[in-house]
Amino acid sequence: MNISEYKGVFVFAEQRDRTVQKVAYELIGKAKELAKDLNTTVTAVLLGYDMIEEAKKLCYAGADKVIYADNELLDEYMTEPYTFTLHKIITEKKPEIVLYGASAIGRDVAPRVSARLKTGLTADCTGLAITEDDTNKGQLNLAMTRPAFGGNLMATIIIGKHRPQMATVRPGVMQKAKYSENNPVNIEQFMIDIPADKKNVEILDITKIIQQRMNIEDAKVLVSGGRGMHGPENYQMLEELAGLLGGTISASRAAVDAGWVPKDRQVGQTGKTVRPNLYIACGISGAIQHLAGMEESDFIIAINKDETAPIFEIADVGIVGDLFKIVPLLIEELKKSKQMA
Amino acid sequence: MNIVVCIKQVPDTTEVRIDPKTNTLIREGVPSIINPDDKAGLEAALRLKDEYNAHVTVLTMGIPNAEDALREALAMGADEAILITDRAFGGADTLATSTTLAAAIKNLDYDLIITGRQAIDGDTAQVGPQIAEHLGLVNISYAEDIKIDGDKIIVKRQYEDRYHLLKTKLPCLITALAELNKPRYMTPGGIFDAYREKRIKIWNLKDVDISQECVGLKGSPTKVVKSFTKGAKSAGKVFSLEPQESAELIVEKMKEKFII
Repeated sequence: MNISEYKGVFVFAEQRDRTVQKVAYELIGKAKELAKDLNTTVTAVLLGYDMIEEAKKLCYAGADKVIYADNELLDEYMTEPYTFTLHKIITEKKPEIVLYGASAIGRDVAPRVSARLKTGLTADCTGLAITEDDTNKGQLNLAMTRPAFGGNLMATIIIGKHRPQMATVRPGVMQKAKYSENNPVNIEQFMIDIPADKKNVEILDITKIIQQRMNIEDAKVLVSGGRGMHGPENYQMLEELAGLLGGTISASRAAVDAGWVPKDRQVGQTGKTVRPNLYIACGISGAIQHLAGMEESDFIIAINKDETAPIFEIADVGIVGDLFKIVPLLIEELKKSKQMA
Repeated sequence: MNIVVCIKQVPDTTEVRIDPKTNTLIREGVPSIINPDDKAGLEAALRLKDEYNAHVTVLTMGIPNAEDALREALAMGADEAILITDRAFGGADTLATSTTLAAAIKNLDYDLIITGRQAIDGDTAQVGPQIAEHLGLVNISYAEDIKIDGDKIIVKRQYEDRYHLLKTKLPCLITALAELNKPRYMTPGGIFDAYREKRIKIWNLKDVDISQECVGLKGSPTKVVKSFTKGAKSAGKVFSLEPQESAELIVEKMKEKFII
């Protein structure tokens, strides 16, 4: 394999219901940084049907180019038509890096593509950087960092002798680039003829999940309330805060035992163990049993009026104060910053 | 109907701890278990055995100790167990692992292959779809419910925001979620059989049709160059501010961490 033939950073732009998913924009943001270090360009690869307007958005979000494969068989995700199309695009265009979101779709299609290409794939990366090869000076590799053993250990992985280097990237970790409709639009319509036998699975039914409340173990953001919430009616503001952050609410045992919040929301030793990107503890003192269920959260913010509360010992940011004043103001500030974004 | 179930023996990661002095994993005393998604896959196969008299073969690649996981599978009711073990297979990444497993499966008759979605030690979710690719089979990942319909299978496939109800022809490969079912316990008779009546077949490199270049460390495109722990969590800062300043500070910190 002649590694130097492979050029450019590709991003698989996942779509659902003809809308590009947020993770694709995050990947473009990271890909731009990598492309800068490699002195190359970012190409977003979109597979879908009747999505030309969405293709433009990928350029506005920072992609130098979009390869758009338009085909009715690519409208709703199916493993083989997607694998077939991506494989064809990658073998023809020879990118050095291909990034996918670590979503149910990305984690299904990427392994299939990697096995078809006989190249490496690193799952669920949280860090990506460019490094020089140890043995082959001048060759630049993608250093991919990911958690393993349930997050107890981090590993950095490279693919030294194969191209493209492929990774799935955890949603919500990378930062989007600046979105501007002044960015030039450069779309290549990729003509793809998908043979009929590639449609080897029949979709009998599609059921969309109406999100009532997400499972607290799956939530990226948890706004958690304890005894200091004083009553069930006050969880409304926590719901609002969680909604703004794309998360859901949880609770300490005290709040569950008091009957304010259902048992499936309980975090801690006798409840669930959670590991969200952000955990906001409101009016939770932080008994050891509670901490055991949430101390592995990536970032912990605690609001409590008692400055000696043990929750402050593990919080990244501790706020001593009245949550009934601070939370409504925080909701206002978040709304403001969302309008500006 | 012949079903092949791929299982992996994993350390119970909920029991894994970090040595605060050396910052390394403490594996001593950590129990080994059948990976939960794989166990659900095995249970699904055993239910098909109950219903259709399917023949269930469990397969694992690992060190000789992985035999324990196979014995457990036999005690739950699997008919046959194969341990794929060889020094040459050591250090395999997902591609090399799936290539090896696929080569082993080629020695068997199968109508359905079941793997777990992902293993709790690596969390990659790659080996199932990759085995299917090597064998040229359809794969349906994240199965939450399965039903046999003549020579076809109907699978309820889970996504974050939807379910697909999918139908495809056998043979195919599905990856199972732990939510698929509640695995049965070993029975005393099953345990007896697993140790007295049933034998575990051991396959080495020479027993599978594969070149040494494609397995183990050599056959692995990805290499781990560094591993480290995130480090012990140290307490952050505690602030006593006016409510408005507190709210602004929280928003600022969230921006720093790219949460918003």
